[in-house]
Amino acid sequence: MVNPPVNGEALRAYARKEYWSVLALSFPALLLVSVVLFLPTGWLFALSFFDDAGQLSLVNYQRLVEQPSYLRVFQTTFLLSLAVTFFTVLIGYPLAYLLSQLPRRVANFCLLAVLLPFWTSLLVRTYAWLVLLQRNGLINTTLRDLGLTDEPLRLVHNFTGAAIGMTHIMVPFLVLPLYASMRAINPNYVKAAANLGAGPARSFWDVFVPLSLPGLLAGISLVFVLCLGFYVTPALLGGGKVIMIALRIDMNLRLYNSWGAASALGVVLLIATGLILYLANRLTRAGFGAGAFR
Amino acid sequence: MASHWQATHRQRAWLYVLGGAIMMFLLLPTLLVVPMSFSDSSFLGFPPPGWSTRWYEHYWNSTEWTSATWVSLRVALVTVLVATPLGTLAAYGLHMSRGPLATAIFFALATPLVVPVIFIAIGVFYLYSRLNLLYTTTGLVIAHSTLALPFVMALVASGLKSFDENQEKAARSLGAPRWRAFLTITLPQIRFSVISAALLAFLTSFDEVIIALLISGGLNETLTRRMFTTLRDQIDPTIAAISTILIGISIGCVLLSQALQAKSDERG
Repeated sequence: MVNPPVNGEALRAYARKEYWSVLALSFPALLLVSVVLFLPTGWLFALSFFDDAGQLSLVNYQRLVEQPSYLRVFQTTFLLSLAVTFFTVLIGYPLAYLLSQLPRRVANFCLLAVLLPFWTSLLVRTYAWLVLLQRNGLINTTLRDLGLTDEPLRLVHNFTGAAIGMTHIMVPFLVLPLYASMRAINPNYVKAAANLGAGPARSFWDVFVPLSLPGLLAGISLVFVLCLGFYVTPALLGGGKVIMIALRIDMNLRLYNSWGAASALGVVLLIATGLILYLANRLTRAGFGAGAFR
Repeated sequence: MASHWQATHRQRAWLYVLGGAIMMFLLLPTLLVVPMSFSDSSFLGFPPPGWSTRWYEHYWNSTEWTSATWVSLRVALVTVLVATPLGTLAAYGLHMSRGPLATAIFFALATPLVVPVIFIAIGVFYLYSRLNLLYTTTGLVIAHSTLALPFVMALVASGLKSFDENQEKAARSLGAPRWRAFLTITLPQIRFSVISAALLAFLTSFDEVIIALLISGGLNETLTRRMFTTLRDQIDPTIAAISTILIGISIGCVLLSQALQAKSDERG
């Protein structure tokens, strides 16, 4: 390195060697991900094209289309993910908006309300909802004491319970990227709208909301994709009645020891996830201007 | 304060009320677990009929729960020791070499973040059953390190963005080998990012449920696996005590990472 030879070819060779030796620092990590993720992915992909007798066939995918139980699993997964994403936006958008309008010091403090749950164990939060929503839980006793209900509502071990718990867990995933993108909106645009005569409501809907759409879309696609593959919370709060794809994969594997079916479902889940992320990325770049996915 | 283009505080009071309610919705459910864990009743109501620490004693005296806690702690600590150096090296190498190949590797290393965990879990289960790694600490550490790797890499990469490379070049032009320039010049300046990354790697491993559900068991059952299987069958107040301990750990980690971030912001 000290006094490299002064001729073009040697310098280029030296730069090449330098480039590869620095790049090689990432190879141990790459090896880990290859062994743990890429290699098994290839295997599962191959496995999904063989039937139980080891013959090449599409029977695993055929079953996914033809059996009503699988159609129900897809339906449940899709509807629940859609509902949770909807409620997450309903709750997350106003919160992110409020945070983006507060002075930064106050906002940083209020942000703890998003960060604390975000860093708290998933199981702890799911357990909390299990306790709150049960037959004689805080919510049912409060409703009864207020005279709003005569009988305890069935809030848990069903679709409702799973949706409430999942929404609670997903809100931070929407708020954090959305808040960052709202902070980046130049306040002068909103001022300009007001200058041209728009009231607060008009400048919010016509200027602020469209500018926040890329961030919103990024958050929505993240939440939807996470919901599709969600296992723990729907399994516990759904009480075995709400069967989503992830739970079904686990059942196929541990109850029926059916590798073909489990990997076919896994491949479908993976492709759906990739497709949604890809489309959201394309949409953001094409339709709403750049900048959300950097 | 308010000018003609902006709503006054009074006009937007509804926004503050709504925002406050949403923050309560986010915070309260978890925090209610804390007083419940000190209940003397085996029925979980709020407020508790009387106070006691019986559920903490129950946790502490149960070998199943404490041994599961040790397994989780051990696996999480070793995961930190594996994922932090690997992720830091990768972030550094990719930051310094750049180019399309580096970008491709960056995305490859980030994939564990977007692939559904259940998919990784069945893949790892399939792999480990052939390598005899099922129900081992090694197996758990390898899988958890893969999950933690993208977080470490992303945090360190963002730390490197605000680091001035010329300082390292100066050290090297004075004759320091690359590893020495990295250790004495670069690493001390990105240390807050690296420590945050290690914290996040710890929590990622400590909280992981789905992979542990498939590949841990017997003597190597993790705390989260045991919590999950217990919760599936009943509502056990012991879990309220464990949850309270976990909430304490999370609050500690958040405050620490916020403080670290404030410190690194100060440095510019």
